[in-house]
Amino acid sequence: MNRSLASRHTASWIGGTVTALCALIGAAILILILGYVAIAGGRAINPAFLTQLPVPVGEPGGGVANGIVGTLITVAIATLLALPIGLLCALFLALFGRGWFPEAVRFLSDVLSGIPSIAIGLFAYTLLVAPVRHFSALSASVAFAILMLPIILRTSEEAIRSVPRSIREGALALGLSEFATTMRIVVPAARPAITTGLLLAIARVTGETAPLLFTAFGSQFWELNPAQPMAQLPLQVFTYAISPYESWHAQAWAGALLLIAAVFILNVLARLVLTPRTQR
Amino acid sequence: MAVSQPRGDAPRRNRTAAAGDRVFLFVVNAAVGLFVLVVALLFIELVAGSWPSLHKFGFKFLWTSQWNPVTQQFGALPLIYGTLVSSLVAIVLAGVVGILAATFLAEFAPRWLARPLGFVIELLAAVPSVVFGLWGLFVLAPLVRTVIGPALQKYLGFLPIFQGPISGVGMLTAGLVLSFMILPTVTAISREVIVAVGGDLREASMSLGATKWETVARVVLPASRAGIFGAIVLALGRALGETIATTMVIGNRPQIAASLFAPSYTLASVIANEFTEANGNVYISALIELGLILFIVSFIVNAIARLLLWVVLRTRS
Repeated sequence: MNRSLASRHTASWIGGTVTALCALIGAAILILILGYVAIAGGRAINPAFLTQLPVPVGEPGGGVANGIVGTLITVAIATLLALPIGLLCALFLALFGRGWFPEAVRFLSDVLSGIPSIAIGLFAYTLLVAPVRHFSALSASVAFAILMLPIILRTSEEAIRSVPRSIREGALALGLSEFATTMRIVVPAARPAITTGLLLAIARVTGETAPLLFTAFGSQFWELNPAQPMAQLPLQVFTYAISPYESWHAQAWAGALLLIAAVFILNVLARLVLTPRTQR
Repeated sequence: MAVSQPRGDAPRRNRTAAAGDRVFLFVVNAAVGLFVLVVALLFIELVAGSWPSLHKFGFKFLWTSQWNPVTQQFGALPLIYGTLVSSLVAIVLAGVVGILAATFLAEFAPRWLARPLGFVIELLAAVPSVVFGLWGLFVLAPLVRTVIGPALQKYLGFLPIFQGPISGVGMLTAGLVLSFMILPTVTAISREVIVAVGGDLREASMSLGATKWETVARVVLPASRAGIFGAIVLALGRALGETIATTMVIGNRPQIAASLFAPSYTLASVIANEFTEANGNVYISALIELGLILFIVSFIVNAIARLLLWVVLRTRS
């Protein structure tokens, strides 16, 4: 290092600044996208959009009420499917987590979280749509549940593991069974972190579009039966966006605003649930 | 509670407790069994669904370039090309920016800035794919056509990848949108890996008289090489399988063109566009086979990334 100290310090300052700029680029992209969605979506959103059914092109008004309800139903069923299985798998990993099999399950879960959602949608199609020969919201829920599983599984395992061993051993020493200790002592103590994982998992699938194309399929009508094709908000945003009509583009932005608001609220909630614990 | 139980009750209680434990164990094991079964079924169902196509085209499916529903001839080469190149563009852009951003968050930023800034970049990962697609289609694509494309052509036009007519939707726009989508993955995981590098290395370097930047560039980053590579591979997996956003901005034309301005097509977007309209066994199974390719490739890519990250983060912490 023959360069003068001053030039080395300058280089250090430049290096730091360049990295800061890159971090700002990341933040700027989010703000740009949010800004556009907020402005274009805010202009198009109105009470009718939230409460009415879609109307054909050319007619004024119309909304995505059936899509909002459809997405709520589909995500709710997916949560009911994924939460118990994910939680039980997490208990298994947290309580008997040594050896090759639990390690393999963890690995499988991590890899599953990277499998494209469209491949999982195809799986739901071949398993639940093709045999009965019609689309259904239920098949979309199954695809969503598979997307949620790895998130619930790993965050819950971490949560259960982080409950101090002494609390568990104390309960066992007082004569509680393994089951009672787990259900009454360990899981309640881990509940905030488990809730965080659950909320993040719900956020992950709310707004997910690709698997819906050939599972829930979408619908123009009020359809509340999960065994039937059902309207979905993300699908409506997609269809409206790639259509050639100006009025539908406006509706796509309004739908995007709803999706982004839902997902961000879930993400912020997920963090708020955890805050009291970490601040204590 | 157990403490308040009278003594004489203990044996019966223990028996029921033991039975309860057995049921509990059984349920927990069944859940794990179900989980493993689902992952296995995923693979089996995709293979079964693509059987007619696997049978008819064999490995030729991977390197023939005709995608023709009318003649029922299906070759995935242009789609594989489109998938790889769009992901490559995304990885190059997001890799550079993401690693540097992670370096800032881990090494240079003061605490009060690092936390909120890190949170904002991670929120980018929460933006739904369809919203990225919408923004890419109506904001970024016109920008590529009128500003970014012409500028690239003017200064770098001697490169074949920046020649030819500029359509707003195409490989470049898809690569840009993908790079925005995977930036949070690269940043968050690289940051974790960089933070995991022990303080002793930093202190040793600083005490030898190195500046902050020299320490970061010559000691910390080389020490986190393997983990950062893992982050890049993981992000690559995301980009390869991304569907809706790509479908909206890549132009959807199955061709192999040198220019990044030209429209292209990816494995995932073909499935998204054509599946519900496909007729005939061979067509549908060819589309499912594209899904199978995506599944296998992303399985391998993610397995490599996870192994790398496990080794790095476990040995450090």
